[in-house]
Order: sequence, then C-alpha cells, then structure tokens
Amino acid sequence: MGRRQSFLDLSYSLVIGGIAILAVLIIVSPVVIALMISFTEGRSLKFPPTGFSFGWYEQLFDPTKSRQIHRAAGNSLEVAALSTLIGVVLATLAALGLARNRARAARVADNFFMSPLVLPGITFGLAALVYFSTLGFRPSLNLMIAGHLIVTMPFILRTTTASLSQLDPALLDSSQSLGASWFYTLRRVTLPLIFPGIAAGAFLAFMASIDNVPVSLFLSNARTDTLPIRMWGMMESTLDVRVAAVSGVLIAAAFVLMLIMEWTVGLTRRMRD
Amino acid sequence: MSITTAAHDPSGPSGHLPSFAREARLRLAEWQLALPLSLAFAALFLAPLLLLVATSFFNDDKITQPGFASWAKFFGDPFNYKVIFDTLLLGLKTVCATVVVGYPLALVYMDLSPRLQKVLLFIIVMPMLLSVVVRTFAWIVVLGREGVVNQTLLWLGLISEPLRLLQTELGLVISLTQIEMPLMLLPLISVMSRLDPNLRDASAALGASRWRTLFTVIVPLSMPGLVAGCLLVFASSTTAFISQTVIGGVRLIYLPLLIWQQSLVVYNWPLAAVASLSLVVSVLTVIAALSYLGRRSSRHLHG
Repeated sequence: MGRRQSFLDLSYSLVIGGIAILAVLIIVSPVVIALMISFTEGRSLKFPPTGFSFGWYEQLFDPTKSRQIHRAAGNSLEVAALSTLIGVVLATLAALGLARNRARAARVADNFFMSPLVLPGITFGLAALVYFSTLGFRPSLNLMIAGHLIVTMPFILRTTTASLSQLDPALLDSSQSLGASWFYTLRRVTLPLIFPGIAAGAFLAFMASIDNVPVSLFLSNARTDTLPIRMWGMMESTLDVRVAAVSGVLIAAAFVLMLIMEWTVGLTRRMRD
Repeated sequence: MSITTAAHDPSGPSGHLPSFAREARLRLAEWQLALPLSLAFAALFLAPLLLLVATSFFNDDKITQPGFASWAKFFGDPFNYKVIFDTLLLGLKTVCATVVVGYPLALVYMDLSPRLQKVLLFIIVMPMLLSVVVRTFAWIVVLGREGVVNQTLLWLGLISEPLRLLQTELGLVISLTQIEMPLMLLPLISVMSRLDPNLRDASAALGASRWRTLFTVIVPLSMPGLVAGCLLVFASSTTAFISQTVIGGVRLIYLPLLIWQQSLVVYNWPLAAVASLSLVVSVLTVIAALSYLGRRSSRHLHG
C-alpha cells in the first residue's frame, strides 16, 4: 500500500511538473524565438538563425524606407493616448458614482459598461463602421479614438471600482466629520488612495488600444491605419521580415513598461485578484 | 446654542441642510457622475449595435429594401453552417488545450514560494501585454517550413520532410493555446490562491493520493476559476481574427473572416451584419451553457 502510494505521488509530480514545464516553454519560447529571428541577417525566417545583424532594425528605423510603419506607429500612440485619457476621466467619474451604490440599477449599469469585454470585437467594429458611415463620417483618427474608448474603458472601470470597494469607508467618514467638503475629500483622500487602481487600469487600457485589431480594422483607411493593422498587412502579403524588428521593439517596450508598472502599482497582483 | 451648532456640519453650503437631506443630495450627485459615461455608451456603443441589428433586416447591399432576405440567404447556405460549426469547434479545442496545459501550471503555482510566484505571474502576464500580432508572428517563425519545430524534428530524424503546420487547424490550435493561455491562468490562479492549504493536508492525512486529492478536492473547489477561464478563452479564440487569418490562412474559414470579407471586400453590409450577429448569438449561447454547467457543478458541490 505504502509503495503504491509513493508510486502514485511520484507519477503525480512527474506528470503535473512535466506539463507545467511544457506550459512555461509554450508561453515563453515563441517570444524568445521571435526576438532571436529579428537579429538575423537572412531574408527568410529560417531556424536556427544564421548570422547576427541589426539589418532589420536599420531598415525599420530608416525614415524613408519605413515611413508608413512610422506613421502607423504614431497613429497607434495618438489613438491609445487620447482614448485612454478620455477613458480615465469617464471611468473614474462613473466608478465614483457607482462603486458604493447598492441599487439594482447601479449593478445593471456596471454590467452594461463592462459588456464590450464580452462582445466579439469584430461585431462592435462592424457596428461602428455602419453607424459612423450612416452618420456621414469619413474614416479618421477621431472615430478610432471613439471606438477604442468603448473597448478599452472597461479595464479602467474594473480596476478603479475594485480599489474603491477596498477603500475603508471610515476614512471618508472621518474626513467629512472633520469638516472637509465632498470635493476636498475626493481630492485629498479618495483619489490618492485609488490612484494605483486607476493607473493600473489606464495602463491595461493603453496596451489594449495599442493591440486592438477588430475596431481599427473597420474604422481605419490607408492613411489612418494603426501599427497592428499595418503589421497584419505585412504578414498577409509577402512576409516582410521587418515585422520581426517591429516585434522586437514591441517586446522590449512591453517588458520595460511591465517592469515599471509592477514596481509602481503592483500590476500583476491587481490582474490576479 | 452650542448643541445646535454641533448638530450641523460647520463647513460648506450643505452645512445648513439637515443631514438626511444632505445624504440624499449626495446620493443624487454621486449617481450623476456616471452620466458622461452613460451618454458616451449610448451614443457610441448602444446606438451602433442597434443600427447593426436594423441593417441585418435589409435585402440589398445598398440598404434600401427592408426584409428578411439577408437572414434567409445566410441560413439557406449549408456552407455557413459549417463555418459556424468550425468556429465553435475551434473555440472548444482551444479551451481543452489551454485547460490541459494550463491547469498543471496553476497547480504548480500554488506550491511555489511567494518570490517564485511573483516571477511566474510576471511570465504569465507578460505575453498578454504583447500585441496579438507579435504573438501570431512568433508562431509563424516557430511553425513554418524552416521553423523551429520542423528543424528540430528533422534534426532528430523523426521526419524526413518538413511537416505542414501553418494553415492547418492543428497549428492554429497550438498557437491559440499560447496566445489565450493568460486568460485561462489568471482566473484559475486567482481562485486557487484562495484555497485553504489545510484542505490538501487533510486529504493527504486521510490517506488520499495526490491524484485523488486533485480530482476530489482541488478540481471541484477551483471550478469557478476554471469556468471563468474557459469562458474567456472561448470568447477570445472564436473571434481571434488575426491569428485565424494569418496562421489559418485562407483555406480555413471562420466567422470573423467571413464577416470581414462580406463587409470590407464584398461590401454587403446586411449579410455581414447577419454573420456578425450569428457570431454573437452562437458564442454567447455556448458561454451561457458553459457557465450554467459551471454553476450547476459548484451547486452540486455545496448542496
């Protein structure tokens, strides 16, 4: 019996541990391999890479050869920054209004504001295209900002609501009983305490906007396309290896940004809870 | 005199109101803070979706004749049923793969030291913040004719010809497993890290093997996280347009590609609207069924 038990436990460790190692490999290795490929000199995506070179990065940073990529990257940053900014204002206000409200209507409103996360993005993208063209708008960055606002705002609302519900109500009560006005309490007590939550949400929203394909796909044209849309085009037609260099830059940027967010607001903890 | 002033709030214009009235006024003011977002959502989310539904009830691509012809056309074509079926099947296969590969990782996470937990969580979250396009590109490199998998298998002598992995469903499911993995792991880890470690010790002390503890104690208790992960992975993989088109290629047709073709290539918006509403309805139906099963199994556990 005892031997059978230890055999069973050994098989548990081997199987579970083995699959877990495989899982980490599956998660990490494609990213590492894509990074390696971006430093090769070959024209194809051959593995193992032959020869080390910054050639693809030189081409990528060449202002004339890669003008369209640069413009797409600029569009992406502009759309992400503005939609996140508007999203932070709207979502923080709404969270302040709804987070402590136990009324049924407030729960319904909260679910409604979170629903873009569940709705297939491509359906909303098509709906936005049909809507804006019916209203007579031409594709522009403003339309894209409006579309991205809807699909990225839920990230901010979620983390802000979470930090508001963890806020000790006694703090607000004591601030008010000490004579502070509602606005003064908001400015000096509530906002500083929920700021990490807002910042984590804003970061996730910004990244979601940079990454967004379904909305940009329908609301952009050749002049207003974003980086993912352009990269998709580069992968779909002739596999342009500059995609590897763009990927390398994005991997490095995501890595650095994540480290910063981890140190400042404890990002992963907020995503887990 | 001193008693009456003490009963009032000394500051601000609201200080002269009785406290219950001030309370009611505050409630109203708090509600109003959600107004800007409500207006934005009404104009930019609800209105477009309603218009999309309306568009699907037009017969022609000029959107002039109302009618049911687009619905009849879409559901009169057996090919579209196959596309819907393939899309849902792709979602289910990805869900199964992420559960099989991801669940053991979540188990291991529970046994790690807090420091290693932090590192692992970072590794899990990191790809999530990486553009889907980049992750899809990475899989082209891995699965291509001269990619890592083929080169390794050739070198080991297990195959003599490179396998065709890109533009197959297998390759797509493998890629989506990695791309969607964080969505499975985050809710799982969230639920599992709240499990009482004493439960496992108790199970072991009562003589259960670790396998038995896993299937009779941990799996049932982690059901809410598992269900949440399955829902997220399913919803995301069935609508993963970039991965589906780039890794799946043009021969594997799923609903998002069909919607894209109808709306931006053929410009038949009513038909695209029908297709995208079918996507919503079929995905949400499976999600509702999954969460019903999840709720029933956890009720079974607690009842």
